[in-house]
Amino acid sequence: MDFTYDSEQNDLREAVAGLLGRAYSDSEQRRRVTATDPGFDEKTWARLAEMGVLGLPFAEEDGGMGAGPIEVAVVAEEVGRVLAPEPFVEAVVLAGGLVSAVGTAAQRAAVLGPLAEGGSVLALAHAEPAARWSTSAAGVTATQDGGTWRLSGVKEPVPNGARADVLVVSAVTDGGTALFLVQGDAEGLTRTGYRTHDGGRAANVTLDGTPAELLGEGTADRSADVERAQALARIAYSAEAVGAMDTALKTTAEYLKTRKQFGVTLNRFQALTFRAADMYVSLELARSTALWASMVADTGGDVVTAAVRARLQTSRAGRHVGKEAIQLHGGIGVTAEYSVGHYTSRLTAIDHLLGDGDWAADRLAATVDSYPTVDPLGAPYTG
Amino acid sequence: MRLQLSPEMEAFRDEMRTFFTTQVPQEIRDTIAAHRHLTRDQYVQAQRVLNDAGLAVPHWPVEWGGKDWTPLQRHIWREEMQLANVPEPLAFNASMIGPVIASFGNQEQKERFLPKTASLEIWWCQGFSEPDAGSDLASLRTTAVRDGDDWVVNGQKTWTTLGQYADWIFCLVRTDPTAEKKQRGISMLVFPMDTPGVTLRPIQLIDGGHEVNEVFFEDVRVPAENLIGEENRGWDYAKFLLGNERVGIARVGATKKLISQAKTHAREVVVDGRPLSEDPRLTARIAELENELLALELTALRVVANSADGKPHPASSVLKLRGSELQQAATELLVDIAGPLSVASFADGGSQVPQWARVATPEYLNYRKVSIYGGSNEVQRTIIAGTILGL
Ligand SMILES: Cc1cc2nc3c(=O)[nH]c(=O)nc-3n(C[C@H](O)[C@H](O)[C@H](O)COP(=O)(O)OP(=O)(O)OC[C@H]3O[C@@H](n4cnc5c(N)ncnc54)[C@H](O)[C@@H]3O)c2cc1C
Repeated sequence: MDFTYDSEQNDLREAVAGLLGRAYSDSEQRRRVTATDPGFDEKTWARLAEMGVLGLPFAEEDGGMGAGPIEVAVVAEEVGRVLAPEPFVEAVVLAGGLVSAVGTAAQRAAVLGPLAEGGSVLALAHAEPAARWSTSAAGVTATQDGGTWRLSGVKEPVPNGARADVLVVSAVTDGGTALFLVQGDAEGLTRTGYRTHDGGRAANVTLDGTPAELLGEGTADRSADVERAQALARIAYSAEAVGAMDTALKTTAEYLKTRKQFGVTLNRFQALTFRAADMYVSLELARSTALWASMVADTGGDVVTAAVRARLQTSRAGRHVGKEAIQLHGGIGVTAEYSVGHYTSRLTAIDHLLGDGDWAADRLAATVDSYPTVDPLGAPYTG
Repeated sequence: MRLQLSPEMEAFRDEMRTFFTTQVPQEIRDTIAAHRHLTRDQYVQAQRVLNDAGLAVPHWPVEWGGKDWTPLQRHIWREEMQLANVPEPLAFNASMIGPVIASFGNQEQKERFLPKTASLEIWWCQGFSEPDAGSDLASLRTTAVRDGDDWVVNGQKTWTTLGQYADWIFCLVRTDPTAEKKQRGISMLVFPMDTPGVTLRPIQLIDGGHEVNEVFFEDVRVPAENLIGEENRGWDYAKFLLGNERVGIARVGATKKLISQAKTHAREVVVDGRPLSEDPRLTARIAELENELLALELTALRVVANSADGKPHPASSVLKLRGSELQQAATELLVDIAGPLSVASFADGGSQVPQWARVATPEYLNYRKVSIYGGSNEVQRTIIAGTILGL
């Protein structure tokens, strides 16, 4: 049992922190970037690619770095620390992760190579207006027309759906949920992009007989692959949330030390320091769980359950820290010029992209009666 | 980073598990599992078994029976002990006065006290708190005045846990009332509870039990050689002692045990034809509690592994704070599962109400203490805010 990063992981962390820290050292810079489409900085994206970050979890023969979930978590935490708007988790971990898990060798090389090099942005079109954190598709159907697959239906919200060069789309076939690759310029594809509250971008993606390439071989149900990719993304999001909470708390503590009311700085009021202390408790417990989940993923344990556990902890903590960060700032906390509200906004988005705390608690609740105690040590945890 | 225990640690865990579940008398472990009070003899017996195997004070210096274990080994040792319903070595001995004497006592005191402290031949109690010195411990008033070869002690202590069983008391006393800072004029004295002038009066707690006492000192003569460390340095020793106390206080294993019992009982309680264990509100509550506990255990592992040179990690306050909250939440869960049965707290042999349901509420009430003693949760928040967040 060892919770410390090795020297390579530390180097990665420093490199990413350096790059993203420079890009978003003040929150004005981030606001400028998120004010214009595509909602992130293409140059920063390219630099992340140069650093190898965009190919981090993919096999070397697919153009990646062959790193694992711990390295992914290291990067995600730094992304969260400065709220970098670049879609690392969305494009690399989630969409790229599915291609890596399901695609044929040719598809992996064709899609993941350019993604890793920064030449192509990937998005997963899986969420549907009538579904909630599902592992299967319902609103888009796939039919075979001669040799070509064609997709029809609506996906929304699709993070970065308008900017993406290639979409990974889930759709219903006779065999269940299958996955497809759709080129951004395909016929019958309509993408209506919009801003999201956290400064990001999402889109309504409407498919109307849109030609698509089946991802992987055969149309056996891919729900389990979707679930596993979601689990890895949940773990990465947990790390991102830890980074965001860390900064939100530091910013709040700094503010309490400088803001004066009633003739003294706010940290003279114990009611406020206690609330900050409770934020710290939430943060550290969430950090432990997020780290643990990345280790479970790394060692091939029950990644689905570990991800749900991490999600529950970081969801509760994210709401607590996010809300208190604003409250302890008073009025300035709700202004767009000030950073802390953006942290809360992003934590809220993370909470809802792949399942919130209640969702996670419900999933865990279904199995509590089937084991005596939770044991994070020793044998990989099995729910 | 590494998740799994190494094979050596796996083996170590198995060794601990086997020892605790086979060598400590079953009757003692059953008593703990049933949440009933141990007798003094049972405490002593259990600690002797551990001590004879070198497992009572592994965190002490090796020459006094310590094991030179890693923090992870100590964690496993403690968790396995709790999971096996083995009573932990008396905290006053093993984690409080023992380490203080080992670190600050003179050679003669070490030889005189440490072996008997480890084996529980001396049962110690802690005389720190006073009626007007609780969280603000340094304002204590009990005095010790030098008279020839003796100290003469006058004053009162309170909340003295298991003082009725104790052979000796370690006390904070004021030896320099003129010191500029009140922390500076305090010393640590030890003396037998049967010294003339010591009187003990029981305090009953809300669960009906007797575990704490008031202790009065009237011209109690304590030989000068019973001063631990240096005169007027007692505050430093107290801080050292309380820091040690906090690390062991998360009690993750004990809370796990409570939750697992709660699950078992939830299967036995039938409501409208269905076991309570199928009630989604209850299972969601258990799931949340288990996850909090997982987070705490992982944090404990992070913290113990990163404690530098024996000093508690700053985040150890998180362990005390959340550890006590989760212990309390688990006892509350058991009360709620017992529901109306929980009212039969003091039912005797003629009752159909199962034992676990009878003890649920007294235990829940008793566990209110865990967020108060050992530095209340408000004190822990003050430490986090001040030491960690710099507020
Ligand atoms: C069951 C039990 C066993 C104990 N065993 C022992 C023992 O063996 N030996 C021993 O010496 N002592 C023992 N204690 C005493 C224990 O350490 C004290 O009760 C504790 O330090 C709190 O002091 P107090 O009870 O005087 O409460 P107070 O200090 O009066 O506190 C009352 C409330 O005010 C809060 N508070 C106080 N100061 C502050 C502040 N500055 N900021 C915010 N909140 C504050 C406290 O957290 C608490 O909620 C025991 C206590 C209990 C309940």
